[in-house]
Amino acid sequence: MTREFKRRDFIKFVGAGAAATLAGCATETMAPKPAGRVFVIGGGFGGATAAKYIRMWSGGAIQVFLVEREQQFVSCPLSNLVLAGSRTIEQNTRGYGKLRDYGVTVLQGEVAAIDPQKRLVKFKAKYGDMSYDRLVLAPGIDFMYDQLPGLNNAEAQKQVLHAWKAGEQTVALRKQLEAMPDGGVFLFSFPKMPYRCPPGPYERVCQVADYLKRAKPRSKILVLDANPDIVSKKGLFLAAWNDQYKGIIEYRPNQEARDVDVRGRTVKTEFDSFKGDVLNVVPPQRAGAIAAQAGVVTANNRWCEVNWLTTESIKVPNIHVIGDATQSAAGMPKSGSMANQQAKIAASAIVALMTGQQVNQTPMINNTCYSYTSATEAMHVTSIHAWDPAKKTLLPVKGAGGVSPARSTLEKQFADGWAINIWNDMLG
Amino acid sequence: MRTSALLVAVLAGLPAIAAAQGSNPSLGRDLAAGCAHCHGTDGISAGVTESLAGRRAEQIVQTVKEFREGKKPATIMHQISKGYTDAQIAAIAAYFAAQKPAK
Repeated sequence: MTREFKRRDFIKFVGAGAAATLAGCATETMAPKPAGRVFVIGGGFGGATAAKYIRMWSGGAIQVFLVEREQQFVSCPLSNLVLAGSRTIEQNTRGYGKLRDYGVTVLQGEVAAIDPQKRLVKFKAKYGDMSYDRLVLAPGIDFMYDQLPGLNNAEAQKQVLHAWKAGEQTVALRKQLEAMPDGGVFLFSFPKMPYRCPPGPYERVCQVADYLKRAKPRSKILVLDANPDIVSKKGLFLAAWNDQYKGIIEYRPNQEARDVDVRGRTVKTEFDSFKGDVLNVVPPQRAGAIAAQAGVVTANNRWCEVNWLTTESIKVPNIHVIGDATQSAAGMPKSGSMANQQAKIAASAIVALMTGQQVNQTPMINNTCYSYTSATEAMHVTSIHAWDPAKKTLLPVKGAGGVSPARSTLEKQFADGWAINIWNDMLG
Repeated sequence: MRTSALLVAVLAGLPAIAAAQGSNPSLGRDLAAGCAHCHGTDGISAGVTESLAGRRAEQIVQTVKEFREGKKPATIMHQISKGYTDAQIAAIAAYFAAQKPAK
């Protein structure tokens, strides 16, 4: 590929962006004054929301590019229901097409590197270098396979699945579960906090147990929790396990996986080894690799610290980080709901900074996470987070938030409604 | 008729809104955006959760306060509403009242 070709490629895409800008504002009487360009990397709950809201709130004045590796969005929330067989992966899948109606230029591709000094995004293929005024990094998580030597190669990773990024892995794990003989052991291992979606593992236990109860009643799920106890909605999950799945679930706390023997179908912890017929191992996590490359990983070599007033990196100017990749503020879970809300702090601040307005000095967000305990019941956890000017961070509002008194069919309906509305909120 | 009722509602909430917004005219918008994951972008819901777009501001304020005080049954809104001040609730309600309802 010659440099000349790259340059033309670049102009072509800038042209596409400009056309999208005009189309997005066709109903307005005056074209907005151009206010620069934002690049968003990652089209999940955080990135897609940020892209849409920057277009909405700037009235089309800011040009927005969204880069996403995958062709379509597949939701992690509700993916445990695919394992149980009560939803299909297609029901959890959405396209990026409607974001174009907001004037977002969606690029399907992968970013190779970011040059924060020159404010350039460099792609692995397809596209030439592109410049930005501000960058939103929403790369999600990568798995730290170096912590599990036996899983630290591509072949092993095809056999022992995480299914902690929804999509192919979810479907493949469902197939492994279906192929497991009745009387078999589904071994599920997950890491210490912080990891993506604190209640997610316990919901998965419910969903796998729900399937086993119906389809393979002599089987068991062996849960190896690296944490000392259930980390989220403990009473509610224990009630569901005892009421609905008694005898199916064996729960072992303080069992952090140290290695995996793929051929022997064994997970090794500090003092013990556990064998299963199907292994589902979720490795420890860190911010997606592009964050380290960009120089914004500042906490424990894993997460990105940000100023929560703007979501701008504490280290690299003009780069905002949102979602699971961030070093969470106190009481803030790594959740899709939280990423969606952090994206709006980012959007509001970026629009203000790029159009010469004052940044909102009192941001407030909330987290609402539902967990499905079966195909028909769900429960929630919610928290409100407000800017504390003295401590200069977002803190949970005391006396607000909480969990469901009990799982219910009514909350299952609200959980379904949450999914539809948050997917619409991020993807148009 | 509809416009004047809306105007009265918005005007009634003005002192509280002004107090909440200070020098930031986008505060109502930013706070209301926090409701969107359950109630839809700009309060237009596609699920079982209620749409808030185009509802009268005073009605939204009253409902949220009833949730907060435990006078109205709720699954989650009694917990969320406790996180917001009267002024913030007024700013959120004014924002949703000014949105066009779903077609």
